[in-house]
Amino acid sequence: MASEEHAAEGATQYIVHHLTPLSVGEGFWMLHLDTLFISAVLGALFIWVFKNAAEKATTGVPGTGQAFVEMMIEFVDQQVKDTFHGRSELIAPLGLTIFVWVFMWNFMDLFPVDILPAIAGMMGMEYMRVVPSTDLNATFALSISVFLLIIFYSIKIKGVLGFAKELTCTPFGPWMMPFNLLLKLVEEIAKPISLALRLFGNLYAGELIFILIALLPWYIQPLLSFPWAIFHILIITLQAFIFMVLTIVYLSMAHEDH
Amino acid sequence: MSINATLIGQMITFTLLVWFTMKYIWPPLIGAIEERKSKIAEGLAAAEKGQEDMERAAKKAANVLREAKQQSADIVNLAQKRANEIVEESKGTAKQEGVRMIEAAQAQIEQEMQRAQEQMRKEVSALALKAAGQILQQEIDKAKHKELLGKVSEQLGQA
Repeated sequence: MASEEHAAEGATQYIVHHLTPLSVGEGFWMLHLDTLFISAVLGALFIWVFKNAAEKATTGVPGTGQAFVEMMIEFVDQQVKDTFHGRSELIAPLGLTIFVWVFMWNFMDLFPVDILPAIAGMMGMEYMRVVPSTDLNATFALSISVFLLIIFYSIKIKGVLGFAKELTCTPFGPWMMPFNLLLKLVEEIAKPISLALRLFGNLYAGELIFILIALLPWYIQPLLSFPWAIFHILIITLQAFIFMVLTIVYLSMAHEDH
Repeated sequence: MSINATLIGQMITFTLLVWFTMKYIWPPLIGAIEERKSKIAEGLAAAEKGQEDMERAAKKAANVLREAKQQSADIVNLAQKRANEIVEESKGTAKQEGVRMIEAAQAQIEQEMQRAQEQMRKEVSALALKAAGQILQQEIDKAKHKELLGKVSEQLGQA
């Protein structure tokens, strides 16, 4: 099977090949085409499914598709209502987008590791890294966007002075200003970094284990990849959920005026 | 594993997705959900109200039924009374009629009796006359009664 072929190539090469993105450009201006393309396709799929449901939305008895979409909406809405006690047009749709999009990224993990790269190879693409969440650029793109929103709402709700006051005068009062500022900066900067790295780490490790399982003899592979895939269903949902909930929590913290 | 322009591309995609969701996906769906919720709440309230109405109607129906029963019982009683009255009345009438008929019959009987008596008296007197005649015929003294006989025969002869 495939694993024997790859054994000839060398296990290291196989792993590296699977984790190398399809890219164009050099240095900072390098673009990971696979990440961009796959996440755009998944985003379009998300938009298509939900837009369809939104267009056909009826207040009567919902169809299966609408019921599913409404389930997601209500789930996210409940999370937002539990955490965020204000009015915001943005937070709930943002949470929904993050949850569904990240879930779909992560779901790419459940495709057998060789299928999509093989198809891409047939189409002449040398590399194909199919899980966008194993790309730091993707996870940081999300968390930095969230971080910018945190800053934006902090300033919008509390004003520049209020935000500055919060940065310098809490938690220990004005006499400990530099220390407070240091603490606050670490706290704020830790938010996007932890968001991005948590998602990246979980999915990267998960994908790596799938690749390692794919290196084993074919008769052992199902024994390992099947339970790991089932476990991964939990992981991918949980990671998407955590990303969404933390986003909501951070944004509601940004909305709180002390 | 380097951070590069992919990040910016991803941020743009993300922004577009969030914007689209916020603009075109979230509001109609949450609106539909809320509206259905309120519809369901209304439906439940209506169902409860319907139940109450039904109970009230059932109570009312029971009342009406009871009244109707009472009324029909009254009517039956009245009818019975009326029937009794009619029976009594007709009994009285019948009795009177009977008495009247009896009286009439008695009168007729009496009449008949008188007539019979009259007849009898006539017949008896005729018989008596006949008997007397026969007796008289045997004991008649032609000489003595010559004149009388002559008169009778004269009369017969004239007749």
